[in-house]
Amino acid sequence: MSFAWAKPYEPKTELGRWMDERMPLPRLVFNAVGGGYPVPRNLNYGWNFGVLSGIFLTIQIITGIVLAMWYFSSADGAFTSVEHIMRDVNAGWMMRYAHANGASFFFIVVYIHIFRGLYYGSYKAPRELVWMLGLVIYLLMMATAFMGYVLPWGQMSYWGAQVITGFFSAFPLVGEPIRIWLLGGYAPDQATLTRFFSLHYLLPFVIAGVVILHIWSLHIPGSGNPTGVDVKSEKDTLPFHPFYTAKDGWFAAAFLTIYAAVVFFAPNSLGHPDNYIPANPLATPAHIVPEWYFWPFYAILRAFTADFILPAKLWGVLAMFASILLLFFLPWLDKSPVRSGAYRPVFRRFFWLLVVDVLILGWCGGSPATPFFVALSEIASAYYFAHFLIILPLVSKYETPLPLPSSITASVLHGEEAEAAPIGQAAPAN
Amino acid sequence: MIRWIARLIGFAFVVVLLWALGSNLKAYFQSPPPATAEHEFHKEPKELHLASNGPFGRFDKQQLQRGFQVYKEVCSGCHSLNRVAFRDLHALGYNEAEVKAIANQWPTEVASINPETGEPATRKAIPSDYFPSPYANETAGRAANNNALPPDLSLMAKAREGGAAYIYSLLTGYQNQPAALLKEFPTAKTPAGLHYNPYFANLNLAMPQPLTSEGQVTYAPGNPKPTVDQMAKDVAAFLVWTAEPNLQGRHKAGWPVILFLIVATILAYLSYRNIWAEAKRKVAPVGPMDPANKAKRTRASKKAGIDE
Repeated sequence: MSFAWAKPYEPKTELGRWMDERMPLPRLVFNAVGGGYPVPRNLNYGWNFGVLSGIFLTIQIITGIVLAMWYFSSADGAFTSVEHIMRDVNAGWMMRYAHANGASFFFIVVYIHIFRGLYYGSYKAPRELVWMLGLVIYLLMMATAFMGYVLPWGQMSYWGAQVITGFFSAFPLVGEPIRIWLLGGYAPDQATLTRFFSLHYLLPFVIAGVVILHIWSLHIPGSGNPTGVDVKSEKDTLPFHPFYTAKDGWFAAAFLTIYAAVVFFAPNSLGHPDNYIPANPLATPAHIVPEWYFWPFYAILRAFTADFILPAKLWGVLAMFASILLLFFLPWLDKSPVRSGAYRPVFRRFFWLLVVDVLILGWCGGSPATPFFVALSEIASAYYFAHFLIILPLVSKYETPLPLPSSITASVLHGEEAEAAPIGQAAPAN
Repeated sequence: MIRWIARLIGFAFVVVLLWALGSNLKAYFQSPPPATAEHEFHKEPKELHLASNGPFGRFDKQQLQRGFQVYKEVCSGCHSLNRVAFRDLHALGYNEAEVKAIANQWPTEVASINPETGEPATRKAIPSDYFPSPYANETAGRAANNNALPPDLSLMAKAREGGAAYIYSLLTGYQNQPAALLKEFPTAKTPAGLHYNPYFANLNLAMPQPLTSEGQVTYAPGNPKPTVDQMAKDVAAFLVWTAEPNLQGRHKAGWPVILFLIVATILAYLSYRNIWAEAKRKVAPVGPMDPANKAKRTRASKKAGIDE
């Protein structure tokens, strides 16, 4: 697809030729994830998380389909059907724990994937659409995960649905009707549960569709790489298969080992105990918290505590949506021609500050709203917005990047002189 | 253009957040929130070591039977266990006849209908029945308990922060309200009808102390002495089982899976090394991130007087 030297597909068997003339599916696979896709040879382990997210999407779809065979989307029976799966269905507990923790691991993988993209400037031309389609996948994942968490109809399911759909009521005039329309009633109930189940089953397939677009748009320019330097010759690349299938393969096996350890030995460590209490509209839990992967956004929502022209709640909701939507504009906010953070000393420092900032936001979002955590989340949220909307455009304007290697191949060689040159100076001639 | 709009939006959010921060700090320092008794006197659960803990954990059937006995003779007076069936007791080591007898002699009967008249009636439980509730319905449960409904215990060990350790701590944590608490918070006196327990979130619990004295339950010979502490441990262990009867199977299934994945990881890693080595293509750290390159560059920059 992308480079002139990409190996062409040549069917080796009679059947392969027969197939290729009629429906060239093997050719498509060969060009997408086989020997026909040239990949920069210098990828580090940050590049393994794309394939891993695909693996976790598959795990979620398979375990989810099996669970749906036993699950009742009824307000009276949902909790009991989940307990039936846990107690009486053969290996039902394994399916449910694999699915519940699979969601968490899917988010871990995707967060690493996103931060890798932020560090190495993967959102920059010509990969803006890859980045934006990735964000669409992320938004769909958030919707799917939220609705999935409602399905067991425990206390956190119910009150989470109440709080999250309540965001919409912050908008003047249209807010409340929208909330009622989404829930199918004035409060979460049977109508809510049934539609959430229906959408929770549908959206993963929509995600799979957008994943295809994400990969398609990636394969036009080809994968980025840690230097951010464009591929210049055949020497710079390796065929995806067998080199990267082997690298992804062992890394995936290692990562799945950690996942299996959590599924079998600590399956409830990422969940909330209150979700083992059946939903009760008359008893509000002491601390309503979403799942850990939403904590940073929950902290941003709660950070807005003062009415300032607009009501505080509306500010919070706008900021929460803005915190994700602003990522769509990243390719135009960061105008630095250098992609990789490895060659941007100022950017790099702010990047790690952002990582710490998001971790602090997560910590705040998962903690009760005490004065300390509210104040901390106000500072951290302010930095979050300042980072993307103010600091990044300025940095990209004034920063002097380090000299780039002349090519990917050159950068792989050890002790390469250009790499050792002082900043802003040519390589010593010797 | 887009960057000007972004800067504007960024400034708006930052200003609103700093404004909120300022007014929060002002409010905090002008009138700091008063300390609460819950905050100062609440205790985290004590440590509890059960045979089922940890990745190699197995149920101690002897202990589960004792815990079941405590549930049957003490807890079941008020608390239901409606996600567990009598047949499930086989897992505790009871045989067919024993399970039948337990079901048959259960003090509460199972709701049913009179087969001739269709009138509501009750009948003796059989092994396929779930443990019947001590109260006919929620209203009856509230009426009998000063409006505090005793919760179902089936999932208790998973539905509370701290799990079994919390249950054990709560059962052994009843005490008189400390004098220091009353001195500091005179209004926080435990109201009539509630009971002081520092392991309970708001310190005052509707449930009176259920395990009060040694020998309240008579254990079969060969078992440890039924002290309050021992009974609390046993019933906590039993509730770990009711919350997740498949826990032992989960641990057992986990090890082969983990071992398989470790072997797969090692084999896949070796084949990865093999594939990359065969092509005589070095697997090396990348340019600027290679520690050797980085050190070299830093040295060169320093020499040239450039601050990186």
